[in-house]
Amino acid sequence: MSKPHVVIIGAGFTGVATAHDLALRGCDVTVVERGDLCHGTSGRTHGLLHSGGRYAVKDKESAVECIDENLILRRIVPQVIEPNGGMFIAIEDSDLEYAEQFIESCEECHIPLDELRPQEALKLEPNINPNVLSAFLIPDGTFDPLRLALAFAGTAKHNGAKFRTYHEVQGFINDGRGNVSGVKVLNRAANKIEELRGDVVVNATGAWAGQITHMAGLDAPVRPTPGIMVAYDRRLVQRAINRLNAPADGDIVLPQRRMVVVGTTSFDAENVDYIPVADDQIQLMLERGSELIPGIRNARPRGIFMAARPLVGGGSGRSIARTFKCFDHKETHNIDGLVTITGGKATTLRAMAEKTADVVCAKLTISTPCVTKEMPLLSYRQYYTNPN
Amino acid sequence: MPQMWNITLRVYRQKENEAPHFDNIDMQVKPDEYVLDAVERAWAFHDATICFRHACHHSTCGACGMRVNGVEKLTCITLIRDVVHDGGTLKVEPLRNFPVVSDLAVDMGHFYRKMERVSARPIAPVAEAEIENPPSKWDPDAERAQYLRLSDCIECGLCISACPVMATTPEYLGPAPLAAAQDNGIQRKPELLSVVDCEDGVWRCHSAFECTAVCPSFVDPARRIMDLRKQVVSARLGKLFGKA
Repeated sequence: MSKPHVVIIGAGFTGVATAHDLALRGCDVTVVERGDLCHGTSGRTHGLLHSGGRYAVKDKESAVECIDENLILRRIVPQVIEPNGGMFIAIEDSDLEYAEQFIESCEECHIPLDELRPQEALKLEPNINPNVLSAFLIPDGTFDPLRLALAFAGTAKHNGAKFRTYHEVQGFINDGRGNVSGVKVLNRAANKIEELRGDVVVNATGAWAGQITHMAGLDAPVRPTPGIMVAYDRRLVQRAINRLNAPADGDIVLPQRRMVVVGTTSFDAENVDYIPVADDQIQLMLERGSELIPGIRNARPRGIFMAARPLVGGGSGRSIARTFKCFDHKETHNIDGLVTITGGKATTLRAMAEKTADVVCAKLTISTPCVTKEMPLLSYRQYYTNPN
Repeated sequence: MPQMWNITLRVYRQKENEAPHFDNIDMQVKPDEYVLDAVERAWAFHDATICFRHACHHSTCGACGMRVNGVEKLTCITLIRDVVHDGGTLKVEPLRNFPVVSDLAVDMGHFYRKMERVSARPIAPVAEAEIENPPSKWDPDAERAQYLRLSDCIECGLCISACPVMATTPEYLGPAPLAAAQDNGIQRKPELLSVVDCEDGVWRCHSAFECTAVCPSFVDPARRIMDLRKQVVSARLGKLFGKA
């Protein structure tokens, strides 16, 4: 019997991690992507390997997902992670007031914390605001967005998955009974329309998930919610520096290579193919970022970009939970052959893939369990060096 | 209203089985935007068939290298005001010395195989990273030795495109892989000696220094190649005198 064929739409974090998981469970996998890897949101993520501390107070489900997956990614893909931890710092009295619930919530979510006196914090990170009132060490980290995706994709490729980049989905192939049995794609490198059949099609397009389900006549409850990031040309800290307070604009500064990156904002958008950079948000990142690290004022911008989070569920802006949802459209709309995964965060890509692969395998009556938690990924370069 | 410039974006186009040509796209840009912003807008609003590579938009992934008005640039950090003027033409072409996949997108396979051959380090201790302009309050003793950071080389391929030797000798290891071998060090990885001490290795370089001129990420491959030559000579002498 030949292997079942799964077509995954989207080579962002969710798509490549799902390809990796399904290849290990014995599926033939083809990933179609309209651009190159990480052409959308994934490439332009902030790069924070979340400890969960940011979500611990308001969104415990996401916080627990983050700490669990953070520890797994440190094990399976250390090649793309600066594992130097994070620091939450209090600068004003209102930050100190947040500390109590922060400590309690992190304990509840089993996120390890280490409280520092201001002098200790300044010894570890001499460039943070000298008026720091209190600080906590937490296991945050930084990752290289593209190479994180490449490591999953390269390992998937090694295990037989195929990647068709520059292939844009134009519509679904219908089996005649209203179910999905493949995709029609435009091969952008050859200007040709092609058909690709699959036993299951996975819509892993994040902020674009609604546009894809629309082609099947369905709605998906995804809300593209962009934010800005500004990179500066000096590596002023070794750790991810977070404002000790409820999540707000410009309250995270990450080190990466020789830079720091300040983020972010949060607003609603409809079309996220191109999100113009708003000048007032650049100024806001400078002001808020330099409250954490005054030296940012002496650095120069080195890249300014917007990325659209794919939020799922009710509410608006930062009140929406950062967890993820996987929909089998057989159950939601009685359309078989199509699964949508959206929401979530870069840090939880492996868990999103596990959940999606579980749903796909149940449909295909495959009983092989997920093994991605334990399996170290191959060199990210394998994506380019393995033949397709 | 922010200042706006009218420019012509001249884009190299090449599709499978079609002859290459240029398309001209007239557009408005802000001088303080990056070249990649203009290319992305051309795709989003003018011509959705344009293929190009990009991901992080802040010089950490190395995907968006192109030739901009004839010079290799990482387009996500190249300000429009630095490469064109109001009313001017901004020509974007794919990197040289790589097979073109489509339009501005090139195939990195051959190059990444070379990076694997020299076991290029993706991540390294901060203490070894030779930061030349450390932040003012940098504390050299602290626990800085224990910190790791992503390496300087982002494997963007600009040096491969700019190198005059690469153009005539595709099997030459090339600047970034030789720089990565130097970063590893032959003392630390003696197996690299045979990889770099050969016809298409460290001796093939003609010291044109184009690699260092275009490197967007502080690697300075030319200097590293010169240093690698010293490492090779000293490893050879060590062998000769039995100090392996």
